Amino acid sequence: MSSGSSASLRHRLAERGIDRGLLMLLPALVFTVALFIYPFLYGIGLTIQPTAGMQEQWGGGIWSNYVAFFRDPFVFDSVWITLRLALPAALFNVLAAIPVAFKLRGKFRGKRLLTTLLVLPITLGTVLTAQGLLIFAGRQGWLNTFLVQIGLVSEPIAFVNNYLGVFLSLVISGFPFSFLLISSYLSGIDPSLEAAATTLGASWFQRFRRIILPLLAPGLATTFILTFVLAFSVFPSARLVGDPTGDTRVMALMAYRSFGEQIDYPMASTIAIMMGVVELIVIAIVMLWRTTLYRGSTGGKG
Amino acid sequence: MTTVDNATGPETATRPRRRLVAAPSTWVVWALVAVFFVFLIGILVSVLVDSFGRRWFGGWLPEEFTASWYAEAWDRFNMTHVIGVTVLVGVSVVVISVLIGVPAAYLLARRNFPGKQVVTLLFLLPIIIPPITYGIPLATVMYNVGLGRTLVAVILVNLVASVPFVIMTMTPFIEQINPSIESAARMCGAQMKDVFLRILGPLLVPGILAAAILVLVRTVGMFELTFLVSGPPTDTLVVAIYRAMTAAGGGEARALISAMAVVYTVTMLVILIVALRFVNPTQLVARVRDTSSDD
Repeated sequence: MSSGSSASLRHRLAERGIDRGLLMLLPALVFTVALFIYPFLYGIGLTIQPTAGMQEQWGGGIWSNYVAFFRDPFVFDSVWITLRLALPAALFNVLAAIPVAFKLRGKFRGKRLLTTLLVLPITLGTVLTAQGLLIFAGRQGWLNTFLVQIGLVSEPIAFVNNYLGVFLSLVISGFPFSFLLISSYLSGIDPSLEAAATTLGASWFQRFRRIILPLLAPGLATTFILTFVLAFSVFPSARLVGDPTGDTRVMALMAYRSFGEQIDYPMASTIAIMMGVVELIVIAIVMLWRTTLYRGSTGGKG
Repeated sequence: MTTVDNATGPETATRPRRRLVAAPSTWVVWALVAVFFVFLIGILVSVLVDSFGRRWFGGWLPEEFTASWYAEAWDRFNMTHVIGVTVLVGVSVVVISVLIGVPAAYLLARRNFPGKQVVTLLFLLPIIIPPITYGIPLATVMYNVGLGRTLVAVILVNLVASVPFVIMTMTPFIEQINPSIESAARMCGAQMKDVFLRILGPLLVPGILAAAILVLVRTVGMFELTFLVSGPPTDTLVVAIYRAMTAAGGGEARALISAMAVVYTVTMLVILIVALRFVNPTQLVARVRDTSSDD
């Protein structure tokens, strides 16, 4: 009798979608909880266990890490420094990728080669890009030698060891990525929609504004968010081609400084968590913008 | 959006173009692409030249060419060991994340169950949160339990980013496989295991291969997470290059680092060329549907 009732319970659960098959999800869940959720919560716990030195310097009891974060301009300014770098870089990558993706949408000879070449830098990695930029765009590099020799500039331009260097490295690693994403979103838009609008006499700008843009908006938002995440967490290039004590003193660098150099794990976690908070705020704003721009199904995608 | 402004006026009057971006803006696009390639090729070639050059203090080319930097880099940085570590970490991460990720992706693609949205969000979070944000607490935990600077720690931190990545790339892939094939197999009495090994497995091979190669590229290139938990004996190639560049006293000789960077690029290129034989890059994120219209 008991076996009968448990069988029916199993049956009822199965109807709601719960059965032994769900066990396939278990390893992934265990991993995510053990390696992501738990350390995350542990990190949040650490932020309210400031070191004695921190408490002495900034007061505020268990909150002294946060007091230090907001009061210490050396730390807090890194928020603006990071945003000033990541927002323009992400925006540039998305905006520049749109026309290029459009151009490469049609069929033409060498398309596959060109696409491959554009996507290639994804594999370069920030460290190699940094080394290359230092040599190629440095004071005595080819770029400056060329610009001086054709007489475009009289003095070599400072491309590296400043804001511009990090920006360039973010574009080189981020542009291929956003190009890849945008072209795949573009390929999901049914060309017959555009054809229909054309027969109704829509100019190409009208078609772009009224058809492509709304359909592409969710893809653009996603692309922006993903390139922003990449640019926001920039770390090696900020150190290598940037000016790590000044213009490119980004949050990741500050977090690592507390972690690796000062061995102050609570403060390191505080900066790391605040980094996540700032980033999620930006993402939330983008999502909000997306919903005000267009509500409705994305149509073009499966 | 410069190209958009470029062509508003006269374009409307003429016959509609085949493509959306009209002719006057074409050169802007090509200029953009050209500048990008100048930087890209400049970076690659100058690193390559530097790695073979001796006494290059400005000017177009170094005074002499030599291959000795490679031999020196190989000895100085124990490259055999570093590359061994990189390969070991890469392969372990790929195998484990595929084994864990694919069944989860299958479930997310096929089933509805209570809490599905929460689970999906859980797998999405590590992708949209900066690696440093969860990396630092995770590294702290690792050091506290005595795993710091071990190979296990390096593999584990890389899994945090890779498992969700496999799930996210595999879910749409599985969604396109017709479920009736599985139903038919079950009707004929196949167990879950048989369905996986005989039916889904062969159909999923291209998707798994794509995901595996992408995870390999990500892991070999992953700097932030690896750097937080690795020490000199467990450094992967990227981290070793970074440490050489930032070593006390202005870093190692530039050409030595360039030689290491070239080795790194060649490794990556080999992986990528293998990858492109199996995967069309623009179809990774979209549902794989437009084969008929494209290629």
